[in-house]
Amino acid sequence: MSDFDLVVIGAGLMGCASALRAAEGGMRVAILERGAIGSGASGVNAGTLSLQIKRVGLIPYAMKGHEWWAKAGDAVGFQQTGGLTLAFNEREAKLLTERMGLKIAAGAPIELISSNAALAREPGLTRRIVAASWCPADGFASSNRTGTYLRSLLSAAGVALHEYTPAQNIERTDRGFTVDTTVGRFGCRRLLLATGAWTKQILAMLGLDMPIRVRVNTVAVLERGPRTVGSVIGHATGLLTLKQKSDGTVLIGGGWQGRGTPASGRGEVVADTLLNNLRLARFVVPGLASFRLLRSWTGFEANVPDFTPLAGALPGIPDAYVLTCVRGGYTIGPYIGRLMGDLILGREPEMKLFDPGRFADAAVVASD
Amino acid sequence: MTGTYDVIVLGAGPAGASAAIEADRLGLRVLVVDEQEDAGGQFWRMPGPKAARAHAEPDGNDLRARLRASGVTSSFGRRAWFIEPGFRISMIGPDGIEEGTASALILATGAQERHIPVPGWTLPGVFGLAAATVLLKAQGVLPGRRVTVAGVGPLLFLVATAVLKAGGEVAAIVDVNSRRDWLGHSRGLLSRPDLALRGASWLAQVRARRVPVLTRHAVRRILGTNTVEAVEAGPVDAAWTPIRGGARRIECDALCIGFGLIPLTDASRLLGASHRFDPTLGGWVVDVDRDQKTSVQRLYACGDGAGILGAAAAPLRGRIAVLAAARDLGRLPTSSFEVQARPLRAALSRSAHFGAAMTALSAPRPGLTNLISPETTVCRCESVRRAELDAAIAEGAVTINDLKSATRCGMGPCGGKICEEAAAMLIAERTGSAREHIGTATARPPLRPIALDPLLGEFNYDALPIPDLAPL
Repeated sequence: MSDFDLVVIGAGLMGCASALRAAEGGMRVAILERGAIGSGASGVNAGTLSLQIKRVGLIPYAMKGHEWWAKAGDAVGFQQTGGLTLAFNEREAKLLTERMGLKIAAGAPIELISSNAALAREPGLTRRIVAASWCPADGFASSNRTGTYLRSLLSAAGVALHEYTPAQNIERTDRGFTVDTTVGRFGCRRLLLATGAWTKQILAMLGLDMPIRVRVNTVAVLERGPRTVGSVIGHATGLLTLKQKSDGTVLIGGGWQGRGTPASGRGEVVADTLLNNLRLARFVVPGLASFRLLRSWTGFEANVPDFTPLAGALPGIPDAYVLTCVRGGYTIGPYIGRLMGDLILGREPEMKLFDPGRFADAAVVASD
Repeated sequence: MTGTYDVIVLGAGPAGASAAIEADRLGLRVLVVDEQEDAGGQFWRMPGPKAARAHAEPDGNDLRARLRASGVTSSFGRRAWFIEPGFRISMIGPDGIEEGTASALILATGAQERHIPVPGWTLPGVFGLAAATVLLKAQGVLPGRRVTVAGVGPLLFLVATAVLKAGGEVAAIVDVNSRRDWLGHSRGLLSRPDLALRGASWLAQVRARRVPVLTRHAVRRILGTNTVEAVEAGPVDAAWTPIRGGARRIECDALCIGFGLIPLTDASRLLGASHRFDPTLGGWVVDVDRDQKTSVQRLYACGDGAGILGAAAAPLRGRIAVLAAARDLGRLPTSSFEVQARPLRAALSRSAHFGAAMTALSAPRPGLTNLISPETTVCRCESVRRAELDAAIAEGAVTINDLKSATRCGMGPCGGKICEEAAAMLIAERTGSAREHIGTATARPPLRPIALDPLLGEFNYDALPIPDLAPL
């Protein structure tokens, strides 16, 4: 049994970013991951880095997140292409104008542009645009490369990474916690749960429950084809993200729902919702009609009823922390993880975190 | 062919077509789906217009005639792209999307070839051994004028004989096995004397034409600038690792090379059935019991897709699967099931013996990966070289999914069908991990790449079901 200052459960973007910050601050850190590093939502999402689809309250965090991705650069396939969000009827135009107005007020470099200006940027779009917005800061990265990149950072920082090492039991001790795994017991002073959609199951090991729900988001990739679109394309409702990568493949997402649960370990694509997601994409970019569908998959996205991150100390359990349910976590994760690392180091984070204690009433501490 | 059936059979090869005919005999409403234009699969493939119909295997013609005479609904020229639990199968054909639903599904999806990326394998003029049989049988086309046939197993002699019969020259047969390896399986081979005799006749034809047969040899390099000009072959040891020296150059304009067959498991993996790694059945294979039932309720698998046991075992396994499905659907009393399944099982045990011997003879040995040089492209869809895979493995990619994420190996149009086996063998060699831990890529729809336009059909933007809005 080794003793760590911090054990992080979950080697996604947020767990790794927190671990890196804590290690930078001098802590001995281990990460326990049930599968491969970055293989959950961090590795299977559509890779969109867009301020236009972020929640208003998270815009400042997302802008900081963008800086991290830009710095990671080629290693994660980062490209700052700029992004367009489009509306195709009056209802969507109203929505677009209202929502982007609030995000502009929150500091995002977004501008509302005419449909002609949108078409001038992207001639491959449908002519049926009614309203549009443009954000030069938007872009994307290749989420499948997240894990490999994080692994190299952890290795350089001396963080002990244990992949394929699921946590099976957590006990509180007088010195902190012990976590039992398939390869033995890990002891630590502090514990961080960065377990994404699996957080409900892990919280149960601590006798806690929180109202965490899980969405099953669908992503599809089209076989490489002729250059058809250059920027990240979104829809006023948030129900489409679309980008063509430098190799010509096209990634399509937007949060259309598959089925499955984290407990069953796998999510499944539902044919009808996949087809409607693809129809929306083809409507927006008619040239996609000649492309072939190569693959589709799902990723689990956790959220709580107020759609605000769970990021901070766990109620009623000293030295235990949780970081999950960050809507837009791919963009924001690296930054909010750093803030989390600061909190664990006992420093004042430079932006406020989101106290999980707001669900303390719902949290049930086991009576035994 | 959109409709509701008692049973859907995916694949109309020897196993699937036999299963469909049996289902019809039992009074079940049955749909059989295949992307080819007629039944027969790869083994009894229907000859195309260029090939003489007389060249078709008589067993294949018989199967096609019996299928046509039955009440089976055949959905040929349709590609299944999505299967949902329960079961709903979506296929695309000349008239767009069609759907079939049934409470029982029988997978008879056959096998794919195991490729070992020998330096130069992406040159035009290099064919898979199984691909060469299709070229010769279905198209009546020779892979080249002077052909080297290399790799492992009975297909070596089948292809060589077919090349000779079609008027081509066979430069050499390069077999990684020794004569002793072949003899070691003679008991299994003699379990089906008819099939063993057929193999012996191939060998006799090869001998009569004085084709050089290099045993315990492998192709080390394929030479040529724009097309195959020659191959370099050399001796290998018992683990199939190349031995220093002894290389010889064989002039030829085509190479047919293959290292055995692997069960095609995309559909059973997509449906979440349990699988295991069993080298005696060709590698990763769906778990089936003696009734051909998988771990998923009312999902059955038969034919080479449920373990490489060959075309003789396939129809028997197909018929057993349908008997079990009929029983499970309450359409065949258990006592009748037992009476009807018993003779099929007896015949299966003989044929399976033969097939298992052939598969064991072809089971890859660890030295094969030494044929893949660092500069050799392993994943041709995404242009990933062996050196890049080795580097990613050294950095901690220990499963196929890890390696895929790290390097894009297997992310292209073939979905890993060509490179995954070689990539898994490389991980095994480098890490010493068992193939069970290395795993397979997660199966994801579509089963094959599919063009968007016919897939999406006509639609109206305003009618798209836009779900609830994301919160602000």
